[in-house]
Amino acid sequence: MYQYDKYDQAMVDARVAEYRDQVRRRLEGKLTEDQFKPLRLQNGLYLQLHAYMLRVAVPYGTLNARQMHKLADIADKYDRGYGHFTTRQNIQYNWIKLEETPDLLAELASVEMHAIQTSGNCIRNISSDHYAGAAADELVDPRPYAELLRQWSSFHPEFLHLPRKFKIAVIASETDRAAMRLHDIGIRIVRNDAGEVGAAFYVGGGMGRTPMIAPCIREFVPLDQLVTYSEACLRVYNRHGRRDNKYKARIKILVHELGAEEYARQVEEEFAHLLTQGIEPPLAELERIGAYFADPPFETGASDTLDLSDPDFALWVERNCHAHKQPGYISATISLKPVGGIPGDASAEQMHLMAQIAELYSFDEMRVTHAQNIVLPHIRKADLYAVWQQLDEAGLGTANLDGIGDIIACPGLDYCSLANARSIPVAQKISERFAANGKGDTLGELKLKISGCINACGHHHAGHIGILGVDRKGTENYQLLLGGSEAADTSLGKITGPGFDEDGIVNAVETAADVYLRERQEGERFLDTYRRIGMEPFKEALYG
Amino acid sequence: MKIVTGNDLKTGAVTWWTGVDWSLYVDDAVDVAEQGEAIAAREEAARRVNAPYVIEADKTADGVRPAHIKDRIRALGPTVRMDLTLKPADPESRDWVI
Repeated sequence: MYQYDKYDQAMVDARVAEYRDQVRRRLEGKLTEDQFKPLRLQNGLYLQLHAYMLRVAVPYGTLNARQMHKLADIADKYDRGYGHFTTRQNIQYNWIKLEETPDLLAELASVEMHAIQTSGNCIRNISSDHYAGAAADELVDPRPYAELLRQWSSFHPEFLHLPRKFKIAVIASETDRAAMRLHDIGIRIVRNDAGEVGAAFYVGGGMGRTPMIAPCIREFVPLDQLVTYSEACLRVYNRHGRRDNKYKARIKILVHELGAEEYARQVEEEFAHLLTQGIEPPLAELERIGAYFADPPFETGASDTLDLSDPDFALWVERNCHAHKQPGYISATISLKPVGGIPGDASAEQMHLMAQIAELYSFDEMRVTHAQNIVLPHIRKADLYAVWQQLDEAGLGTANLDGIGDIIACPGLDYCSLANARSIPVAQKISERFAANGKGDTLGELKLKISGCINACGHHHAGHIGILGVDRKGTENYQLLLGGSEAADTSLGKITGPGFDEDGIVNAVETAADVYLRERQEGERFLDTYRRIGMEPFKEALYG
Repeated sequence: MKIVTGNDLKTGAVTWWTGVDWSLYVDDAVDVAEQGEAIAAREEAARRVNAPYVIEADKTADGVRPAHIKDRIRALGPTVRMDLTLKPADPESRDWVI
């Protein structure tokens, strides 16, 4: 994985020193909150319901054992013994003290981590496929391109005050595991008819108040023009994106109002100009970065078989493991969704254990997924049973990946000052209901996503079943959506009808699941059945 | 009644205006009538609180209860981690929040 050079480290260290001075001046009264707020936000520090919250960047979700141990130590030393892995492959701490944040950031910097650009109207953490570098179906490892864009976008002076926040995802396979088309820019690394590798650009996607699926605005950008084309996309947005209304300020609104064709035309015009400016780093730089992502020293001839005689292990392998490009290896996903648990939360002890296992068995590498789980990307099949046993003993062996228990949920009104309703208790009740009645095991792939407000951090628009919490005259109310997908067949869910109270929404989810169980045909997922039979049978069952 | 709440500047902890100081416990909050905005401005300027605001609340036999669920959750702590609330040993502490 990528390692900081002297420039990376110097930039991060300088930012910590600068921030330390800003905090001192705030505590001494030399800065008002209005003056200080944009400074703390640039360093990932929010003021939430109960305390300050710090969001730490995990670039494209990749981290090593030393970093995960540090995240665990920070949870113990500066927080309350746990952290929350987010839907953009980051981690958040909920109980941070302002006066301790400079020391915390210095500790992060000591393991090549930071919280820069995890908030504010700038280019945020670049996300990617959590199986990158391991998946059998990828064209190339997308992370060198994500890293190149991370370096380009970090402290980019032109893009630190965009009309609104800006999110980029990079993938390199037909299977979309990063919700690529629901990002401001989604990049898919592709091979053209001439056999050259380049990038397809999808621009103007997003969730939130106005969900949109990004259209493809260019099918092939040569790799030695990747940064230049990205810059052109951002420049057109920065020039014309609305700054008078935050609800219409995201690039998706601009692309929608201009039309994809006109937006693409303007990008091409800007691109042609930028090509004359020579801003693209030499390909040698991309190759230098790429060297950090070389395959680990896989054992050749490793056994490619698994002993599945333990049924619990066999179930976990079936549900939580993914084919690896290297014979004899497999990728394993650690579910942070135990039955009745809080989606995405991990204790310091669990973080330490995951780090130990990664160091011993996964070439010192882990990935945070946008579904709030952790991946061990490179496990030798011969070691998998031992890995699973250790995870299971620590409550990390739940076999529910992509099932109804693997719920994405934002922190909701239990933690978030923007939320209108709680998300976590709804997730817990659904998880418990489907574990108790046994239906969870019969449903197969069913992606359920819950947001506590219209900002959609819980990706409710993209859930096969989505839930949106709203405030109805001071009372929590939950809308049900069906038919969303953030995979390659991206679609947006539709609201079924009137909302439900907390218990009602749990019943409604079970009702929708029952319709699927009744109507499904051989091999159909919930989403397939919904797409075949439409909304009406579900509405009939829900509302009579 | 109207009460004033905010967050402690250094720690971020939720605090409630008691008439003379700030408390972690909502039951210590006092009715500020129409003085809320002035109190909030004065206390924020003195850096004794961060981002204060005035809310509606009820004085009940059991204590002061903010009118909106968001502020009741602020008063209690996350409903999903009762071990992290101000009164984790109180089995009934969640009942008035939801």
